[in-house]
Amino acid sequence: MSTAPGRTVFPGPLRSVLTAPVASRANALHAGAWWLWALGLAVAASRTTNPLLLGLVVGVAGYVVAARRTDAPWARSYGAFVKLGLFVVALRVLFSVFLGSPIPGAHLLFTLPEVPLPSWAQGVRIGGRVTAEQVLFAVYDGAKLATLLICVGAANALANPARLLKSLPGALYEAGVAVVVAMTFAPNMVADVARLRTARRLRGRPTGGVRAVLQIGLPVLEGALERSIAVAASMDARGYGRTARVPAAVRRTTNVLTLGGLLGICAGSYGLLAAEGAGYGLPLLGAGLLAAVAGLRLGGRRTVRTRYRPDRWGARSWLVAGSGVAVAVLMIRANAYAPEALHPGVVPLAAPELPLLPALSVLLGLVPAFVAPVPEENP
Amino acid sequence: MIRFENVSVRYEEDTEPTLRNLDLTVPEGELVLLVGPSGVGKSTLLNAVSGLVPHFTGGTLTGRVTVDGRDTRTHPPRELADVVGTVGQDPSAHFVTDTVEDELAYGMESLGLAPGVMRRRVEETLDLLGLAELRDRPIATLSGGQRQRVAIGSVLTPHPKVLVLDEPTSALDPSAAEDVLAVLQRLVHDLGTTVLLAEHRLERVVQYADQVLLLPEAVMGPPSAVMSVSPIHPPVVTLGRLAGWTPLPLTVRDARRRAGGLKERLEPLIGAGVPAGPLPHPSPHARGHGGRGGGFSLFSRRRRRPQGEQPHPATPLVLTASLHVRRARVEALRAIDLRVDPGETVALMGRNGAGKSTLLSALVGMIAPTSGTVRIAGRAPHATDPRELIRQVGLVPQEPRDLLYADTVAAECAAADADAGAADGTCRALVSELLPGVADDTHPRDLSEGQRLALALAVVLTGRPPLLLLDEPTRGLDYAAKARLVEHLRALAADGHAIVLATHDVELAAELAHRVVILADGEVVADGPTAEVVVSSPAFSPQVAKVLAPQPWLTVEQVERALEEAR
Repeated sequence: MSTAPGRTVFPGPLRSVLTAPVASRANALHAGAWWLWALGLAVAASRTTNPLLLGLVVGVAGYVVAARRTDAPWARSYGAFVKLGLFVVALRVLFSVFLGSPIPGAHLLFTLPEVPLPSWAQGVRIGGRVTAEQVLFAVYDGAKLATLLICVGAANALANPARLLKSLPGALYEAGVAVVVAMTFAPNMVADVARLRTARRLRGRPTGGVRAVLQIGLPVLEGALERSIAVAASMDARGYGRTARVPAAVRRTTNVLTLGGLLGICAGSYGLLAAEGAGYGLPLLGAGLLAAVAGLRLGGRRTVRTRYRPDRWGARSWLVAGSGVAVAVLMIRANAYAPEALHPGVVPLAAPELPLLPALSVLLGLVPAFVAPVPEENP
Repeated sequence: MIRFENVSVRYEEDTEPTLRNLDLTVPEGELVLLVGPSGVGKSTLLNAVSGLVPHFTGGTLTGRVTVDGRDTRTHPPRELADVVGTVGQDPSAHFVTDTVEDELAYGMESLGLAPGVMRRRVEETLDLLGLAELRDRPIATLSGGQRQRVAIGSVLTPHPKVLVLDEPTSALDPSAAEDVLAVLQRLVHDLGTTVLLAEHRLERVVQYADQVLLLPEAVMGPPSAVMSVSPIHPPVVTLGRLAGWTPLPLTVRDARRRAGGLKERLEPLIGAGVPAGPLPHPSPHARGHGGRGGGFSLFSRRRRRPQGEQPHPATPLVLTASLHVRRARVEALRAIDLRVDPGETVALMGRNGAGKSTLLSALVGMIAPTSGTVRIAGRAPHATDPRELIRQVGLVPQEPRDLLYADTVAAECAAADADAGAADGTCRALVSELLPGVADDTHPRDLSEGQRLALALAVVLTGRPPLLLLDEPTRGLDYAAKARLVEHLRALAADGHAIVLATHDVELAAELAHRVVILADGEVVADGPTAEVVVSSPAFSPQVAKVLAPQPWLTVEQVERALEEAR
């Protein structure tokens, strides 16, 4: 029916308003809300190297994922991101150990044999002294990156990337579909690898080892390519890429507006981030955004597509997105009043302390675990 | 609605055109069934309707194809999307989005229908195809039959005038297939949709067709007329031809009405030592008393009940005891007790997602049991070295292509010989025996469905495993290829191999299996001799059994043999 499911929530007993409803398509949170929340946490994480605060951010993200993720295949990606995060930490430490670090340190852990380098490679070191300070610094730094990755993983697990597409402006939709289809390439390849390993087992061959990988590689790529072509054929047969006729003038204006707008956005954000151009950054960014939006609006005329049940941005979406933004803002503010607690020193070595206020502000990120609709347990 | 005018299609690498000088007109609102052996160009013809041939597949199309007055030469597939809905052979290659509801809406979104209309049609289609409970499910978690229904639903929602389907029911269990066909018939009757479909399992579809198009002769006519000359026909037609009924019955109901005379002739032949299957039945219970299937008759089998306590001299090839398998939160198998002895053929049946494939996977050790035990010839398969295991058990998976990864048939065979430690050329000889005429340098991908199955079967048989497992072996096979497969499997069973096959094909089970095990929700709900199990449930009984009920005949072959012996 054309009337959307009602937004009017009758103010019944307070309890029924406050407890989160069972998730369904009608009350699904806007995918953008989840991304904003996760990006908020990521911004907060990028503003501190305190391992306790970072751990808290990971814990908050993990708790919300555990409380609100579904059984869908994309929701399983969280674990992969956590592993990737740990890998990043390990890699960062390894690099620091082997390539040295500018951090001065007094606590010598061990000394690696140093590779003698010619004089023109001055400043580069391979091997040599490894101090506790330098390792600790690498761990802090790696943990920051890992936390960023885990936040992205949380967004991935909680919001279906395809849903985000529905919110794209019409003009970008087709490019977006192409991106999403390309993104399914990786999971499909993982499935292919599993299938081929099974096949190897059925044929009585060992499933591990370099030879196995080489023998599996080619068929996997072949299979992935074939599937892409099949999906493309199916999309074409189902009307992907149908366009409406628009006058040439409109088309040209669209191109000019979009391109100009994007350039403006680039230049504007450079101005904002770089030290010298703060003055013209903001107006340029604003003008660029306006032009780009107008261009996309105009470009939307070319597409005939309509949208089926796009996600609505309701009160719960506001709360989820708001909690992420709040965490980010509070952490940026905390940098002003407690910089040393957020960036614990490594020289001299000291145990990091948990600053109370910033910690409380990170806990705000738990809001989605109470307001987002609860996914139904699959049987 | 659909017109082919002097159409020929030829792919670059082929010397012969796939379709030659085809002239045909499909009127509006007809359900046309495309019949022909594999590799005759059915899929090419279907794809030419949607414009995918030649716009997407390449190749040269001469002549003219028009759909609803639109020439496919000037209209690419996307411009035909509002008149033609196409579902290909493999539904999983069809999906663009990742949840059921989005998939149903995708085509309508592309066409730019109003949101209200889309919502209404999605709800209607969910009900029409029985998908309402699956609406929020990710497509990746659906079973084969559910996927097929979603794929059909996704092309129904834009209300196309023409629906083109390539083997829509071959992956489905009998009742799901009936549901899908009932939906198609309703579309034809109520909405005047023109349906063009290719299907190998004629016993399921022929009664729904208004016209049958026979390839490669390109003869089109009413089903009964075409079936009387077609080399490919369902069992009920074979029975009709055998009994000399005119006009030929196409449905079980028609055949039953005429079956009076035949039943009278058959009545005295029952129980006079006529074997139910072509094989002497090596039931363990019979063998326990010393005879290898001798003096066996249908009636004595009926009386015999399975008795687990009987002592058996040989170790069973398969023995599971209260086998449980859990996958994530799904209990895929529950308390399975199964025993298969050498020389026995067992058909595993049950609806899509009942746990048939999971059971086979557990038997080859791809899945470790959550609790309970599996023993293959006395060993636990998941803990056995794969090299060791292929001499005990071989599985041909649902998609035989999964088993093949060399780039030529010859290389595949050489690898199989090496894996199994067999003499050089063993595998190649098996391929030639199963299916003559497979060239050495062909890429496995370019083989037809039947050829690929033959190759996979040969690869598995190279290790001479005493236990052979087959998952849906007749998908995509025409009757001739199926007959060859049946013959070969019978020879293997006679040789003492045990065969377990998971299948939806009731005719195959009737022809081949000594025993049928029906699974539902991961539990065994029936386990007994084929005749007993299959006849007791209408969904699983073959056409001949339905026609000649209550007499215990299962296949045309049995009837034929009985009549011959009586003569």
